[in-house]
Amino acid sequence: MTAMVKAEAVHKSFGPTRVLKGIDLEVDPGEVFCIVGPSGSGKSTFLRCINHLEKINAGRLYVDGNLVGYREHGGRLYELRDREVAAQRRDIGMVFQRFNLFPHMTALENVAEAPVQVNRESKAQARERAGGLLERVGLGDKTGSYPSQLSGGQQQRVAIARALAMEPKLMLFDEPTSALDPELVGEVLDVMRDLARDGMTMVVVTHEMGFAREVGDSLVFMDDGVVVESGSPRDVLTDPQHERTRSFLSKVL
Amino acid sequence: MTEPVDKAPEEAAPPSSSGTAPEAIKAIPVRHYGRYVSAVVVLALLGLLAHAFAGADLRWGSVGDFFFNGQILAGVRNTIVVSVLAMLIGLVGGVLLAVMRMSKNPVTSSVSWLYIWLFRGTPVYVQLLLWFNLALVFPYINLGPIYRDEMTDAMTPFMAALLGLGLNEAAYMAEICRAGIQSVDEGQTEASQALGMTGAQNMRRIVLPQAMRVIVPPTGNEFINLLKTSALCSVVQFEETLRKAQNIGNTSSAVVEMLMVATIWFLAITTVFSIGQFYLERYYARGSARQLPATPWQRARQLVFSIGRGTGSGTGTGAGVSGV
Repeated sequence: MTAMVKAEAVHKSFGPTRVLKGIDLEVDPGEVFCIVGPSGSGKSTFLRCINHLEKINAGRLYVDGNLVGYREHGGRLYELRDREVAAQRRDIGMVFQRFNLFPHMTALENVAEAPVQVNRESKAQARERAGGLLERVGLGDKTGSYPSQLSGGQQQRVAIARALAMEPKLMLFDEPTSALDPELVGEVLDVMRDLARDGMTMVVVTHEMGFAREVGDSLVFMDDGVVVESGSPRDVLTDPQHERTRSFLSKVL
Repeated sequence: MTEPVDKAPEEAAPPSSSGTAPEAIKAIPVRHYGRYVSAVVVLALLGLLAHAFAGADLRWGSVGDFFFNGQILAGVRNTIVVSVLAMLIGLVGGVLLAVMRMSKNPVTSSVSWLYIWLFRGTPVYVQLLLWFNLALVFPYINLGPIYRDEMTDAMTPFMAALLGLGLNEAAYMAEICRAGIQSVDEGQTEASQALGMTGAQNMRRIVLPQAMRVIVPPTGNEFINLLKTSALCSVVQFEETLRKAQNIGNTSSAVVEMLMVATIWFLAITTVFSIGQFYLERYYARGSARQLPATPWQRARQLVFSIGRGTGSGTGTGAGVSGV
């Protein structure tokens, strides 16, 4: 069984700032993989490397056995063309902290956009599927609303539906509840929990330790660009082995 | 430790508002006496100005006589046609140049930079004259089997006016479009990339529609400017409004009267297009504003209703509550 995500000594720098200093990890298909850690630890950057929104400087990153952003041939790496990178991203859904819905489109249009533009699906079929997906995230009555008319929690659920419309084999969540009012966090986590139950492979950067423990299959704690500790969420969260993990958890729990 | 995420208990009802709501507030609005005074002053000044013009040594009758003259109307039509077409060239060219300017390809971005530098750096008056005299540089147009002609035949006054105005406009529009494109949040591009959209799809479907909100207001401004700049085209023998008016003025010795005719026509045209701009801006504001700005018609109706209700707090629907 090939790992859905496989990172080998992934390094990333922004100018002189080294953000990732050698990340090794594997995400199995169907797994909910949580990444926690203090801000600035590089967890969001790592997530963005997985779909090549950021280019890595060293190491190798594979999604479903394919090298991300490059082609390896005769021991040399060749950069992929923009079009090829776009093709790789089709199978990877991403949900952002700040939703990033398209404000000039209704909820339905947001969800139907990529299937029509990227997959050349017929408009009628894409809209019908989009309606179904919005139904699935509990927003069947909001299809005609613009993002500015929706609450944060509703916007984030539209964003999840939008990512699902491309029928990805992997979903990336970048702190999906961090920009939400506390009372709206639950509705987004409910949708993610359903998704996990349906067997979606998910990599989740989060501060929701309750969610990580309840839904997560694996968890890594990152700090200062390295993986400090990894294991099952229950073990890491209740019985951390490392001092840095302990001090972080004592602050957030 | 954390509690499992669950919803708030649904049993507890919110504290019910006991009794009836207190009486709605009816306050005397702040009086703005300064507004009345200044309105009177402005009206008086306008009256004086109108009086001065009415008593001027002008035959206002001939302004009326020539206002709908066939020659003048043809000039007005030419002004509108060349301005609209030049604006189209400017718009398409501007978007193209803006995208080129921001391209990662150093060749395309340099070409765009050079174009903008050249066309923004020279007076449009000179550009018009150069286009008109292009035959001095390129005596023939030779597009192989498709088209072949002498330049003097191809470069009619209309072509010179169109190219001179349009290509110059493209340079200005490029900067406006670039500002618009850069105003769109980077998260939008990231979201469309994450969905597997290509750069061109992202630009056409996601970024440009949102950039339009920033692009349209200054573009309306540019178009109004272009309408007026088109009067310069008389220098290349293009028969637009001002030239037609001057032609008549010279033969009928009503020079200033005909200038008034041209002035009023330009005001009329720019007014009509300003109204169009309002509705265009309103269209591109959808999704970004929770409530679209009221059209002048809607505002007029609200004003009438609120006057009828007495207290003028602005919104027509809200004012109805206070009525007893």
